[in-house]
Amino acid sequence: MSLKVDIVFTLNGAAVRASISAGASALAVLREQFDLAGAKLACGEGECGACTIIVDGLSLNGCLMPAVDLDGRRVETVEGLWRETGLDPVQRAFIEAGAIQCGFCTPGMVMQARHLIDRNPRASEAEIRRGLEGNICRCTGYRKIVDAIIAASRAARP
Amino acid sequence: MSQAITPKVIERHSVIGTRVAKLDAPDKVTGRTRFVNDMVLPRMLYAKILRTDRVHARIKRIDTARAQALPGVVAVITAADMPKLGIGVLKDNPPLKSDKVRTIRDELAAVAAESEAICDAALRLIDVEYEDLPAVFECADALAPGAPVIHDERPDNVAMVHEFAHGDVEAAALASDFVVEGEYNVHYVTHCNMGVSCALADIDVDGRVTLYSQTQYPFIMKMDIAPALDVHPGDIRIIQPPVGGAFGSKLDVYPYEPICVALARKTRRPVKLIFSRKEEFIASPTRQPVEFKIRAGMTKDGILTFRDIDTLLNNGGYTSWGATTPFVTMRTCSSHYRVPHVRYRARAVYTNNPYAGSFRGYGNVQATWAIETHMDKMAEVAGLDPVAFRLKNANEAGDVTPQGARLDNIDLKGCLSIAAEKSNFLSKWARYRDGWTSSVRMKRGIGIAASLHNAGGAKIHKSDGCGTILKVDDYARVTVITGASDIGQGIDTVIAQFVAEELGVPMRDVTVVANDTATGPWDVGVHASRTTYIAGNSARRAARKARAMILDQAAKQANVAADRLDLRAGHVVQADNGVVVIPLDRLLRQMHFAGEDAKLVMVADYYEPPSEPEDKNHVGDMSACYSHAVHVAEIVVDTSTGEIQVETVWSVQDVGRVVNPVGLEGQIEGGIAMGLGYALSEELKIENGIVRNPSFRDYHVFTAPQMPRFDLTFIETADAEGPAGAKGIAELPTIVIAPAIGNALYNAIGLRFDHPPLTPEKVARALWDRAQGMKRAAE
Repeated sequence: MSLKVDIVFTLNGAAVRASISAGASALAVLREQFDLAGAKLACGEGECGACTIIVDGLSLNGCLMPAVDLDGRRVETVEGLWRETGLDPVQRAFIEAGAIQCGFCTPGMVMQARHLIDRNPRASEAEIRRGLEGNICRCTGYRKIVDAIIAASRAARP
Repeated sequence: MSQAITPKVIERHSVIGTRVAKLDAPDKVTGRTRFVNDMVLPRMLYAKILRTDRVHARIKRIDTARAQALPGVVAVITAADMPKLGIGVLKDNPPLKSDKVRTIRDELAAVAAESEAICDAALRLIDVEYEDLPAVFECADALAPGAPVIHDERPDNVAMVHEFAHGDVEAAALASDFVVEGEYNVHYVTHCNMGVSCALADIDVDGRVTLYSQTQYPFIMKMDIAPALDVHPGDIRIIQPPVGGAFGSKLDVYPYEPICVALARKTRRPVKLIFSRKEEFIASPTRQPVEFKIRAGMTKDGILTFRDIDTLLNNGGYTSWGATTPFVTMRTCSSHYRVPHVRYRARAVYTNNPYAGSFRGYGNVQATWAIETHMDKMAEVAGLDPVAFRLKNANEAGDVTPQGARLDNIDLKGCLSIAAEKSNFLSKWARYRDGWTSSVRMKRGIGIAASLHNAGGAKIHKSDGCGTILKVDDYARVTVITGASDIGQGIDTVIAQFVAEELGVPMRDVTVVANDTATGPWDVGVHASRTTYIAGNSARRAARKARAMILDQAAKQANVAADRLDLRAGHVVQADNGVVVIPLDRLLRQMHFAGEDAKLVMVADYYEPPSEPEDKNHVGDMSACYSHAVHVAEIVVDTSTGEIQVETVWSVQDVGRVVNPVGLEGQIEGGIAMGLGYALSEELKIENGIVRNPSFRDYHVFTAPQMPRFDLTFIETADAEGPAGAKGIAELPTIVIAPAIGNALYNAIGLRFDHPPLTPEKVARALWDRAQGMKRAAE
């Protein structure tokens, strides 16, 4: 029905190829063509952060990013954080801090947390909170998410 | 297979009260969890609903021919394809409308197609002709003579009336030294579940329905949805994959669910229907808005004498649970503090607005806003501070309230005193009040509020029970099948704790299954802060039955009395010294492979809490226990912009007994976040029946940087009936925080806001108006 475009990118460490609709969002392609359902469609307009993915080291709303722009990039989704060596420290910290209730925002929160820690493992609590402003959680009141990020940050410091 | 070394002596270790990670956390943190929204079945179709763009109109014609002809469209249905029966509390809501539309969200037709994009294209090809009707949006207008009639069967537009009377209010008013009046209008807010509304339906050859649903009341849902499908309730199976938030919104059947099933039946293929976020804001339920008129009296010493409360509820076009929230509002009006004489009336009035459902805290969020704001005003009239006035009128353990609630085991006075002490309330309150007239831009305020809620279920159905089926396998792994629904609140983990405690097995050896009406025993559903109490008790009782079976057998083999034995860390041990008798798994295999004497440990339990339904006069001890929470909020107000920053919230809550501190803190902190939105930022703006802000950008739920610091205190009153002493806890934090904020704002600037949310615009305007008034007075 619509124009198809071929793209090649690195997805959670592996080279992948996809033939996508020209107008498709990165989120739709990840969910529908790669069966990576961790990133969620919760608003579709970049307001809630449930679709957060990391592209070339930047956290982005997958729902707003055109999939054609994935071409040639390094893309990380929440599924890529569980490696052979075990869970990512951020994931472990979320579990231990009780940062999860319904869990719908969690994949986006985890990716945003990973991004914030990569950028600055010494961020203050206020900076962490500001860094989470684009990620809505309706269940937890955020404190346990912030606690988890502080704990994982400590572990990430050289 | 490696064999763990059996220790010789095992100490008793309790998992109750310890910080336990949620069982579902690892899957949720890795993206492995598939929510209903993520599910895909083979040959699955997508569905979309055509909604009206009118608020009140007669439907003259719906033409679906062009949509039917679009390639990729498999079915288009209208009301003609479904039974005529409605859904909802009064069955006044046909899933697809045929005669007229009454609200902007009304469903006209639905499409099933190979993709969502094709659905959207097909919807644009459906032609509808209307004859517009006069509309009405306010309660008072809808009650006026000659008002447009929303439902022909109810020409007065009154959907429901609830009344309660106790004592003699008029005589009490005459005898009172002070009578304080007030009006409080509480607004529309909505749940904002992160997972938008979604259903996936599948039909078998015999017409049996499998519905993958976000519901939080699967067993009663079968009964509620059946008439709208013309299917026997027994032929409906509800499967509950993980759900992205519910908060009460999934306690009813909504039109999209029977529509989804009807499309599956028509196409004989699985059909998934999922809302857009905009649709979620417009077409999912709201919290019930209420207009309160309160008159309350007291003696000159500040002892309450009566409350006389009349409320109007904007019912919107159809009747869901919003219209029944007065059952809870009434309880707060009659039973929160000692009130000798009470009169209460609620009328739910049809209008052309969207309609309300149930929402965490039910009618108590609204009631507590009104009552606790009013209490603060009365304290001022009585010349008492907010804490002293509340303490004077506080209920005490043993009180029986006018509605028959037996407050056997409560500690409101304790909650008030501790909250006041921890926050240093009185000295701050007196100091901040003295700053009203100062010219300082940033002003501080502190406010307090208390609330009462049922904490042991609420017997609003014929049963308030929950069932459990439990088995222990040859490896001492335990499977618990509970009727309860985990909607993210963490009940599976709490149940696993209770079971692990009784059976002396590690948490990781307990699997909780709770997702299918075909396997799970009956439960009312997740509501009324009941699940830890009731499902927890049922799980605990089932585990105790299994424990008794196991210990009886072990006692027989060891030739000792069963009560001399205990279960610890996967072993049968001597209770007094912990010396190991036999590993549990070995004993279980011996029981199992015992020829004709074979025994498998499989037990079941159904727990019905000791509560009673209300009689026709609304009197009855409808919960097995009750509980209080007191919140103190300290805020900073920017008097130039009207912005309020909540700095600290002190929460003191009677939780009965702490089961899992992590889950408890999460419920309280999350409940406060939701209540802060109610108090300060959230409002679904509905103008002339149209939702004006259907997006996160314009609706304003609280985000991480806006949150206050929390100081949480748990009071453990150890309920005699509750599991390990626990009470239900999840609604109180959302209920009580908002009036604490309003009272803090008054303390900061000396202005009362009776109608939340306290947005910067409202506060700044009121401050400006006051300044103008003062200027004029000075001239």
